[in-house]
Amino acid sequence: MNAKGSRLDPWVDSYATRARGMTASEIRALFSVASRPEVVSLAGGMPFVQALPMDAIGEMSARLIRERGAQALQYGSGQGDPTLREQIIEVMREVGIEGHPDEVVVTPGSQMALDIVVRIFCDPGDVVLVEAPSYVGALGVFRAYECDVIHVAMDNEGLLPSALEETIAAVRASGRKIKLLYTIPSFHNPAGVTQGPQRRSEILAIAQRAGILILEDDPYGLLGFDGGPPPRAIRADESDGVIYLGSFSKTIASGIRVGWALAPHGVREKLVLASESAILCPSNLAQFTVSEYLATQPWRQQIKVFQEIYRERRDALLDALKTYMPEGTTWTVPAGGFYSWLTLPQGLDSKAMLPRAIAALVAYVPGTGFYVDGQGQHELRLSYCYPDPDRIREGVRRLGAVMESELELMQTFGADMPRHDSQGPQTPAPDLG
Amino acid sequence: MHVVVLAGGLSPERDVSIRSGRRVANALRAADPSIDVIERDVDSTLLKSLHSDAPDCVIPMLHGAAGEDGAVRDVLDGLGIPYVGSGPDACRLAFDKPVAKALLRAEGIATPRSVALPHSTFRELGAASVLDALVAAVGLPAVVKPAKGGSALGATIVNDASELPAAMVNAFAYGDVAMIESFVAGVEVAVAVVDTADGPRALPAVEIVPDSGFYDYTARYTAGSTEFFVPARVSQEHSDALAKLAVRVHTSLGLRDWSRTDAIVTSEGAMFLEVNAAPGMTETSLMPQALTNAGMDLGELTAYLVRAAVARG
Repeated sequence: MNAKGSRLDPWVDSYATRARGMTASEIRALFSVASRPEVVSLAGGMPFVQALPMDAIGEMSARLIRERGAQALQYGSGQGDPTLREQIIEVMREVGIEGHPDEVVVTPGSQMALDIVVRIFCDPGDVVLVEAPSYVGALGVFRAYECDVIHVAMDNEGLLPSALEETIAAVRASGRKIKLLYTIPSFHNPAGVTQGPQRRSEILAIAQRAGILILEDDPYGLLGFDGGPPPRAIRADESDGVIYLGSFSKTIASGIRVGWALAPHGVREKLVLASESAILCPSNLAQFTVSEYLATQPWRQQIKVFQEIYRERRDALLDALKTYMPEGTTWTVPAGGFYSWLTLPQGLDSKAMLPRAIAALVAYVPGTGFYVDGQGQHELRLSYCYPDPDRIREGVRRLGAVMESELELMQTFGADMPRHDSQGPQTPAPDLG
Repeated sequence: MHVVVLAGGLSPERDVSIRSGRRVANALRAADPSIDVIERDVDSTLLKSLHSDAPDCVIPMLHGAAGEDGAVRDVLDGLGIPYVGSGPDACRLAFDKPVAKALLRAEGIATPRSVALPHSTFRELGAASVLDALVAAVGLPAVVKPAKGGSALGATIVNDASELPAAMVNAFAYGDVAMIESFVAGVEVAVAVVDTADGPRALPAVEIVPDSGFYDYTARYTAGSTEFFVPARVSQEHSDALAKLAVRVHTSLGLRDWSRTDAIVTSEGAMFLEVNAAPGMTETSLMPQALTNAGMDLGELTAYLVRAAVARG
């Protein structure tokens, strides 16, 4: 008779503590159904890349390989291609940032930039302040580096300065050190809200007084819908106390995987070393593709095309929500970006409701994934960037019917029943970021 | 020979199905390179492709509704395409847990007390009084699960009556009927049955010891989170009883080719919990472990069952 059984993984006792949360989950299983065409997915944050000028990009890419193939297919600089870094400076001027190419570190997507920033700043147990809710991919990075993540309340204008001050004071009183304030000021993922200029100034002033480094994540900043200039980045008014993360995933294409960090000199040196140790160098092919695109294609005009597409889809979502949501549901009205954040009528649990929604052929992301502490049960994120307006309306109609039937279930069994413990953040599927 | 492995579908077990299908397809390719094996999802183009390029045999590796409720097999019967696995009627009986339990109980097979009710019953009669009656009938602790479905999706162990409403709602998230079943403490096992030339044969029982104490979705599909013992650490008497139980379940419900019976072993013997007409074949699934222990190869078994399916037409 066997004294010891099989675990089907000979290395089960060898994994690091930080791998403990890397498990199979019902939620991820359900999302595998969301990829089917019958399902209206309001879950994933996939940019609508079909709107890109594919023929022009195809010709451009072919020319790139033909003329610069030997360089494009070779290793490159750890910090990133110098020409692209100069172009990134030009892109950042759109949000008011005057930087220098030497301060830019190009990475395979801004997710990698986020990773190396946390890698060089955070020891296990260090406190990172984040919005409540916050980007699931960032929470995954903070957890991987064993940070102590503390959520700070938001309102319809983003992070609340008063809550930030209170949280800083409380953490300091407990004797712990705050390493970073992670914020998405423009068209927040998942909350869909935007910090106004005054709010940004207040947050910056608080961070400066407290000596806390701001990690400003700005993947959506150029995707506003009001036709005016993009929101001015916090980094535009402070260079030493802010690390700015930028991305071409939403303004060009997520599949190219090019993002960057703009950091003060001392930080930048360490970021380059950290990046080199992780990836040696970002892809020359991807960088040259972006660089060629910026140099030869009307990229500002293309961003306007994206803005118009996403604005139309945002409007479809908001109209449908007004029509189909049960009483007691509230949602944010995004002025840009990809997401609206719903608060459900009392008693509804977004995670528990997901299987029923998937069965009804509509998908969303339950709110619990955007918190580390079990909050978010009564909230969910809707993404409007990928389905066309008719599909969005149909998806919201289906969701409304699911919520009605779930409310009936709650009525039967009682709205305030205790629920299972919610899971903390999980590594997001790539299309759910 | 041209074989189509059906995997995916719209069930919450889509991901599991795709992994099971991939494993079976690869095993079959390795066992018999002369067989042309194609993996395919179930969607609106399926029938057209089965018409235009009819395979010699289909292997439905679909889990959950449509896959295990017999619907796809009904369609395959209608098209006259042979397939590996049970026919639609047997699938329906096996997939509906309360129905399977009732049929087997009538045959004298022991199974924990249980009650299955639709949501409408709770609404019409009042949840509180119905739940009280359920607790009185079944006792606590209990397991609440959807009447149909697999991979423990929507299943909860309830130790206190106050936990019942949430458990019911979790089960109703996966279907309109929920079953509350008396929780029986014991050795949790799974016994696979395969049809051979000599009739149905039970494979060694696989004992399941999840770290969390509950063999839920995470424990099932995260390698390392559950310890398995093959054969199960039970007496020879219980081992024999388990084999008999699984074969009886297989034959009583009219299952064919392969099945997996989940059971619990106590000092008083083995009790039937549920049976799967399309057993999981993923890297962490139970039946492949049983096959390995029995010295059988998944690919060779599948090739044998394909030939048997083609022969019976």
